[in-house]
Amino acid sequence: MAYTEEELKKELETKEYEYGFYTNIESDTFPKGLNEDIVRAISKKKNEPEWMTEWRLDAFRIWEKMEEPEWANVHYEKPDFQAISYYSAPKAADPNKSLEDVDPDLLEMYRKLGISVDEQKRLQNVAVDIVVDSVSVATTFKKTLAEKGIIFMPISEAIQEHPELVKKYMGTVVPKTDNFYAALNSAVFTDGSFCYIPKGVRCPMELSTYFRINEGGTGQFERTLVIADESSYVSYLEGCTAPSRDENQLHAAVVELIALDDAEIKYSTVQNWFPGDKEGKGGVYNFVTKRGLCETNSKISWTQVETGSAVTWKYPSCILKGNNSVGEFYSIAVTNNFQQADTGTKMIHLGKNTKSTIISKGISAGQSQNSYRGLVQVNSRAENARNFSQCDSLLMGNRCGAHTFPYIEAKNKSAQIEHEATTSKIGEDQIFYCNQRGIDTEKAIALIVNGFSKEVLNKLPMEFAVEAQKLLEISLEGSVG
Amino acid sequence: MDLKDKLLSSFIAFENNVDLDNPVHEVRSEAIKNFEEKGFPSKKEEAWKYTSLNNIQKVDFSVFPKQENTLEYKEIKKYFLHEIDTYKIVFVDGVYSSYLSETTHDGVDVCLMSAAFSKPMYKQIIELYFNKVASKDESLTTLNTAFSKEGAYIYIPKNKAPRKPIQILHFATGNEAALMLQPRNLIIVEENAEVQIIERHQSLTGNEVFTNSVTEIFASKDAIVDYYKVQNDRDNASLVDNTYISQKNSSVVRVHTFSFGGKLTRNNLNFYQNGERIDSILKGVTILGEKQHVDHHTLVHHAQPNCESHQDYKGIFGEKSTGVFNGKIIVDEIAQKTNAFQQNNNILISDKATINTKPQLEIFADDVKCSHGCTIGQLDEDALFYLQSRGIPKKEATALLMYAFANNVLESVRIPELKTRINKIIANKLGVRVGFEL
Repeated sequence: MAYTEEELKKELETKEYEYGFYTNIESDTFPKGLNEDIVRAISKKKNEPEWMTEWRLDAFRIWEKMEEPEWANVHYEKPDFQAISYYSAPKAADPNKSLEDVDPDLLEMYRKLGISVDEQKRLQNVAVDIVVDSVSVATTFKKTLAEKGIIFMPISEAIQEHPELVKKYMGTVVPKTDNFYAALNSAVFTDGSFCYIPKGVRCPMELSTYFRINEGGTGQFERTLVIADESSYVSYLEGCTAPSRDENQLHAAVVELIALDDAEIKYSTVQNWFPGDKEGKGGVYNFVTKRGLCETNSKISWTQVETGSAVTWKYPSCILKGNNSVGEFYSIAVTNNFQQADTGTKMIHLGKNTKSTIISKGISAGQSQNSYRGLVQVNSRAENARNFSQCDSLLMGNRCGAHTFPYIEAKNKSAQIEHEATTSKIGEDQIFYCNQRGIDTEKAIALIVNGFSKEVLNKLPMEFAVEAQKLLEISLEGSVG
Repeated sequence: MDLKDKLLSSFIAFENNVDLDNPVHEVRSEAIKNFEEKGFPSKKEEAWKYTSLNNIQKVDFSVFPKQENTLEYKEIKKYFLHEIDTYKIVFVDGVYSSYLSETTHDGVDVCLMSAAFSKPMYKQIIELYFNKVASKDESLTTLNTAFSKEGAYIYIPKNKAPRKPIQILHFATGNEAALMLQPRNLIIVEENAEVQIIERHQSLTGNEVFTNSVTEIFASKDAIVDYYKVQNDRDNASLVDNTYISQKNSSVVRVHTFSFGGKLTRNNLNFYQNGERIDSILKGVTILGEKQHVDHHTLVHHAQPNCESHQDYKGIFGEKSTGVFNGKIIVDEIAQKTNAFQQNNNILISDKATINTKPQLEIFADDVKCSHGCTIGQLDEDALFYLQSRGIPKKEATALLMYAFANNVLESVRIPELKTRINKIIANKLGVRVGFEL
């Protein structure tokens, strides 16, 4: 991603302008810093009931006593939590901005990804002239969902409209005390999605934040809660293949999935936030806590494609509580330039006959560091637990690193656990073979990388998979010279 | 007084007993400072996540034996590899026993650290090698460095190989209620030389023993070192074994660890490859029962191109035992064309047994082949049925399969008598007579 000084200056300028834009509606941006008053104010702003305010304050008090974790294999300058504004109104479209003002590199990337002009404008916060398309799509979606009894709305609305569900499930999978960032998120989250699939309902479409039905961009502290009631099925997509240049440096999201008996949740993520420039300046810190709880005969499947963010710290996990439950984790993590990723999963086997599969593909290029960190735990009562893990790393160039930290803990004799990991580079003979057939080196590498990631790409929903494949190519562009 | 305070105060007494003018004095003082600062490792440290030393610290250990104890050869004959002729370095309660030992200065040096520390002829070597590869900030290693006084000193000059293998044996008589031992070994194998060493720690009664041992091995160009650790102690003995190995060009070092006994065993095995075309081989068989705990912590640091490492650890865990394997491979940026393989296979045969394993790779070079594999499983039901259907009772069939499971580690033992011995220990441990010599 070319990013010259001039362009950086330009972006800084726009940023300043945006800031000025906000000061006009002063009440919509909170002063910097975090204390109990701010937490109360956020809660008030959202018009939340008393119990929610208390819940947030409790989380805040826990957070205050916690220390930032340091065990991950990433190095970064720690964010100053008192220098962040914890609430700002969703960005309004800027009427004076047109597509011509946008970084041409970004537009080029959109073109490669095949994103429509409208979508491009929306992503760049440019006023969209023709809105008919998206509005009509959204209304049809909403109608179909309502017919099935599916609740899909922003979490702030859910707190108002379905407090019984939120109260019952929020914080049960990721408790406030879980970790530093989860506690912070619990105290200050402002945005996020809530989804409830009633008993026996199969959600007819991929619920997605990409064709976002609920308004507003992704928040800095996003909170997602997905509940699949007995025998239901849902596929949920998060994120977007298009690069978004969010000026929020710190992202600390929490995602909780609850799969009740015989339910299935498929959660796919594509993350392509600003990874910083070629010198490693800037970029988003992505510290996410994602966890799912599986009851009897249920299944949770995580699929992720991680190409963005300067620092990623993310472990989508499954607690296999019910008997015969299944957890899956498919991941591709690509790091280039100075990116750092420490990602993986936790599979906690508690119930009998539980199964888990982990397929993780790491690709490091440039001077990036890519780590897989996983835990497979079989508790003493988890009879016949089965796990298969595979972690493959691909290194491009000799200045990047690939690391694996798999923890395997077995306390039951009937457990069967297999773990495999390999690290290698793209074979010269493979590239030669492609060259010989008239495919240039860059294309050949894209081809090989796609083959390497195929197992995971196959798990993505169709339209996502095509884009993700292109995204891999673009992320690695110019990494081989 | 807890063990740490006791050790710190004993250090002063210890220092007064040894030569204060010796240059090693400074190394010891540095080391005790580090230990004072860090103390015993706790479970909060990543490297000690699965192994707790809390129980050990509660015991009131004697840091020095009160008297010199002697043993009769016939009492301990069975612990020697007596079928073949060997050099022997024997320590009784941490004190060298000249009566039981057989050392040599004929071409090669097989003698004592205390001699190497005090005699001027060894001064240069001690300065060149002592505490050069051992960690200077790992707390238990520095504790040993601070109290380093006695142990085996082996020096094999260029193009030499001792005529017979060397046995290092540590006996604890149990005359003390609880004894802490800190042997320190230094092994230097010069260019194109070769050596075979067997090490064993054995306590003779039910009294508590805690051994914190450090071994430094230097393998020069083209040297070949075979090191066998036999850990089949009583259930009152705890052992922390820290081994540091520095390898030069084209050298081959093989370390076999056989862990069958002891209450708590922790093996810190560290390989540093400081040359090209090096081969490092780490193999281990662990068979545990009761409440035993064994923790294998290995590190292979590939710092130069064109090297190889092979790790293969097999474990069988029964009753309430716990096994830990933490294997780490680091490949530096310049270490291109590295081949590093790691394999850890485990069988759990009891519901109360636990395995924690963490095979870890940290790779900074791109043109490498690195892999690790790790499995936890059970014996193959079909294979068991096959044997039973041919008239082999279940118990024997199980033993046979477990033996087969551990076998390829035994295959690479290059002293036939030792191999037979290990075979017998395994058969014994599995509690069966298979009716033929395994």
